[in-house]
Order: sequence, then structure tokens, then C-alpha cells
Amino acid sequence: MPDETKDREAPGAVSEASGKKPGSLLTGVAFTYCPGSGCTHGSLNRLLAGIIGELGIRSKVILVGPVGCAEGIVKYIDVDAVEAPHGRATAVATGIKRSLPDRVVITYQGDGDLAAIGIAEVMHAATRGERISTVFLNNTVFGMTGGQMAPTSLIGQRTTTTPFGRDAQLSGMPFHVAEILTRLPGTAYVARTAMNSTANVAVTREAILRALEAQMQDRGFSIVEVMGICPVGWKMTPRDANTHLADQIIGEYPLQLFKDCVGSCDGGTGDGQVGPWTGDGGRGPQG
Amino acid sequence: MTRHLMKGCEAFAEATVRAGCHCFFGYPITPQSEVMEYLSWRLRDFPDGVFLQAESEVAAINMVYGAAAAGRRAMTSSSGPGISLMQEGLSYLAGAELPCLVANFCRTGPGLGGVEGSQCDYLQATRSGGHGGYRLLTLAPSTVQEMVHLTVLAFELAEQYRTPAMIFSDGILAQLAEPVSFDDLLVVTHPKPWAVTGADGRARNRIPRHFFSEASETDGLDPETVARYRAMTGKGPATPLIEAERLNLTLAEKYRRMAKEEARWEVIGDGTDFLLVAFGTIARVCEEVLDWLAGEGIRARLFRPITIFPFPSEALARAAAGVERVHVVEMNEGQMIDDVRIAVGREKPIGFYGRTAGGVLRVGEIGRAITGALARREIHA
Repeated sequence: MPDETKDREAPGAVSEASGKKPGSLLTGVAFTYCPGSGCTHGSLNRLLAGIIGELGIRSKVILVGPVGCAEGIVKYIDVDAVEAPHGRATAVATGIKRSLPDRVVITYQGDGDLAAIGIAEVMHAATRGERISTVFLNNTVFGMTGGQMAPTSLIGQRTTTTPFGRDAQLSGMPFHVAEILTRLPGTAYVARTAMNSTANVAVTREAILRALEAQMQDRGFSIVEVMGICPVGWKMTPRDANTHLADQIIGEYPLQLFKDCVGSCDGGTGDGQVGPWTGDGGRGPQG
Repeated sequence: MTRHLMKGCEAFAEATVRAGCHCFFGYPITPQSEVMEYLSWRLRDFPDGVFLQAESEVAAINMVYGAAAAGRRAMTSSSGPGISLMQEGLSYLAGAELPCLVANFCRTGPGLGGVEGSQCDYLQATRSGGHGGYRLLTLAPSTVQEMVHLTVLAFELAEQYRTPAMIFSDGILAQLAEPVSFDDLLVVTHPKPWAVTGADGRARNRIPRHFFSEASETDGLDPETVARYRAMTGKGPATPLIEAERLNLTLAEKYRRMAKEEARWEVIGDGTDFLLVAFGTIARVCEEVLDWLAGEGIRARLFRPITIFPFPSEALARAAAGVERVHVVEMNEGQMIDDVRIAVGREKPIGFYGRTAGGVLRVGEIGRAITGALARREIHA
């Protein structure tokens, strides 16, 4: 069986360095996320690898990857991993967790994978209170296939399949995953964060730690929706993309702790401990 | 020997338990919902028992994918429309080389069809029902007792070959109650060092392995396949295989090995007037058709494929060598005829009789259809 260290980059690819540090759980395989674009996947992969390493749970973690740009993660983090069919990560994770209840099972999914084709699987996994944790990167677009509209795209957002901007009459309204899952009694932890500032990265880190804690405490389904940027898919510079995230996207998708049943729970009605993050959304206090 | 009177569905479910499969994920569909009803209480007998009613067949097969990846014996059971929804998952299971068992208790089709038994999913089962050109090791029992034995065998072969396996049956056998014994079942398991269980003091495991790098070594492939690849590409021994090609060469080699080692069949009777070919439920009806034909002065023999993938081609060729004519009977419109034609060659006439309405074809009906076709020297394909 081939060893990780033999994995190679695509010939001639200018890949973003994975930034592997000593003790990190990154495999050292070079990231192939759009190089130099500012894509959020790289930093979120690195953050998750750091968290698993820090918790010392490599021997217990099973990572389930999606289909889409986010699938890269299974190559980059040095843990047991399964690549799921498009949208089916939470069903695959359910099969793993039910088989091995004392392991820590994490799915990593994008918004095309989770909010479009995989919404039934995630709704039911959440409703059943599956003891799995989902890290959900929402960049409001299908990235890998070239920037098509996602259920999460904003009204007016120009994509390759909404060249005149998303029209609600034609294509419906933006899909709010965190708000919907919060209302399901099976969820133990629901938060929405972003990765666009040092403060927000710290909040994301705390949220993922908390989501994993919810799983390890056997509380139910946990999910962190991380708002990210896709400058290539959005056809923006990284700087403009970050401005767009702070000015437009976070307006539609407020960064918030929706539900936290770690330690104790009110029965999971969604009326538990909720509130806005102290994180600044990348542009100063919002009041 | 203890014998129980059980429906095919329930005997199948019990057989999976006896085979050491304590992991079931499924979704209700007639005519086999009793499989999951049975397992919903039966799997509670085991500390490691996992029973989950999924939200769809799509979810169910992916839960099987997860459980199989985690190293468990896992299975699901369904019927036509549900099996169609599982095809994506089956393709992934085949591509990831994960062992599992899927049962198809076939109903009529296409579309919603009806709940009566048929064999209308033969092509789907034997020809790569999902994308990508994979095969399922597919076993077609003709009695409830045989279903029990083939179920246990299917788990063994699935693990041996690292492939999804299928029990291909129908709504008739699912609902037919027969005396059945679970004595003397031979349960063989294979180690699963590849399973994702948490990388505890070892290098990590990755499923599917071919996905995880852009190039790979030739280890795990037999020298003949590697030599074939070298010849095809003109590449030197140091050049890694392209991953997609490595996977497909691995699968092709596996399917060739299955064809050589795992083809199973039965020949009943020794008449030489013609050869009857039938599988599954209708094959046992055809056993009686032999007697009916004998009453008409016609001496035939019956060839019954037990595996429909791999199809027992060579055995059928041998069985057909001494007869001038072959007659196929199926509960569909002749989906197996291609396989029979390949086995017996271009020259030999093949007649066919089948019904697609669902339910059992009667002995006299088949007998008269055959004698009529014989008289007309009808050739179907």
C-alpha cells in the first residue's frame, strides 16, 4: 500500500504549502485548493488538524470527507478517513459511529454537498441525534464545478448559473442550515462562525472544540457552520472577497451560537443558551 | 437437525445474523419489509447489534458503506425501486473494495411496478447497475434453505474478494414459508487490516485507497496484470500506475478470479432432447417441468445458474454440448439470454418463455409453451 509520503503533487501545480508544523496532524501533502486565492478550506483544514492533534485523539478520530473542493481534507489530515459519496457524509458517518460508538466521527462538508444534495441526510442524522460532529464550510457557491449557484447563494449573487444574479422568483431564497438544524431536538450544538479575522478564527476554534465535546459527552449531533470565501468562484480578489463576506454574507448569515447543550441541556428545544458571538465579524463591533 | 418453518424473508434475516452480521440499515419496501421487522428485535440479542431504519435507501446503503468501512459485517435488503436508489452507493462500495451484502427481493417493473415477485432486475444485478463498470458477486437461491446457505457464503466471499455481494431473489421466495435448518453453517471471516477504526499506533487507513494519491505503486496487483499494464503503456518498471487505472485493473483482475473460482451451478436430469436453463424461483418450477415434459415423451435436462455473476459460462457450455437446442425460462422478458448465448455459441438455437406480470409461472403453462416452441422450432435469439 502506498505511503502518504509518496503522495505527489500534480505535475507543475503551484500548490499552497500545507504549512505542516512539527507535531501537527497535517500529512504534509501539499494543498491543492486554488493556490494563492485565499480559499478558506486551507486554513480550516489546518485548524481542524491542529484541534485533533491538540486533543490527542488521533487514535479515535474517523474523518468523513464529502465531494467537492472540501474532499481534499481526507488527504491532508493524518487520521483514518473515508471519502463519502456526494451529500452522504452524515449517512456514512452514522454507519461508522453506530459501528464504533466510542470513536470520534467528524464530517467535513461544503454547502453544495451538505445544503443541496445532502440535506436529507444531515436533517435526519441531526434529528436522530447522531453522535457525530459536522464542520460545514459555507462559501455560498459550488466551488469545484466552477462557481455555480448553491442553495446558500445570496439574492443577487452572480454565479455561472445565475449570470444575472440570483433571482428569488426563479431560484428561491438562501438556505439557512444552522437556523434550521437548531430547531431539531436531536442537535446538541449549533454555531455559525467565520474565518475572516484572528478573532473569528479563535471563535471557530472554540466552536469546533465545543462541537467535539458535545459528541464525546454523548449529547447529540453537533455542527459548526463556518462562513468562508471562494474568491475564484466569486471572481473576486481575496481582499474584495473578504469585504463581501463581512458586508454582505454575514448580514444574511449572522455569526451566532445557536445552541449549546455541552454539560447540560434544556432538552434541545433550540431555546437554550444562544446569542451572538463576541467575535467582530471582521469589521469591528456590530452592536 | 432442528428445522423451523420460516418465510424466506425471515430465514434470510436469521441467516445474516448466524453469519455474524450484526449491522443492518434499511428502509421498508414490499415484498421484503419482514427482513427489517425481524432484525429490529433479533439484533437486540447482541451487545454489538446495530439496527437502524434509515430515512431512505440512499441513506441506508451509505450507512452500510460507513459500517463496512469501519470493519463490520454489514448489510441491507430491499426490492427493485429501492435497489435502484442504492446504485450510487453500490458503485462507491465496489470502488472502495468494501465487503457487504445487499439483498434484492425483486418485484415487477420498470418504475413502481407491482409487489409480486419477478426477475426483472437481472441486468441491473449482473451488469454494473451503477456507474463505473463494476460487478457484484451475485447469488440466486431457488429455495429458502439454499438462501440461508448462500447468505452465509456471500459474506465470506464478499470479505475474501473485498467486494459487495448480492443475494438476488424475488417476492415469491421472500414470502414463501418452508422448513429450514440453520445447523452446520460454515461461517468464515477474513481479517480487515484496512478498516478505519481510528489510527491507534499505526499509519492511517484510507477508504477508498485509490482516492488518496495521484499515483501509486504496483503492490497488491498480480505480476500478470502489471506486465499487461507495462505492455499497454510502454512504461518502465519504476513508473507508478495512474490511480484510476490501478483501481480498474485491480477490479478486472478480481472479476476474472471470481469467474474462474466462484461460478456455481447445478445440472438436474440427464435428458438430451434439449437443455432448459433457469435460475432462482423459476428453476424449481422448471424441475417439475422436466417431469411434465417426460409425460409428453420429451427428455430434457435443467441447467440452473446459482451465481449469476459470475455466470457459469463454461459449465453451461459443457452442459449444452450434447444437446441441439436450449430453452430459457425467466420471470422477465429474457434478460439472461445474452449470457446463455455467449456460453452456448452462435449456432445453437435458443428458445425462450417468460412472463413479466409477477407471480409464479405454472408448470403446465411453461411445458405447453416449450412444446409449442419446439414444434415451431422457434428461435428467440
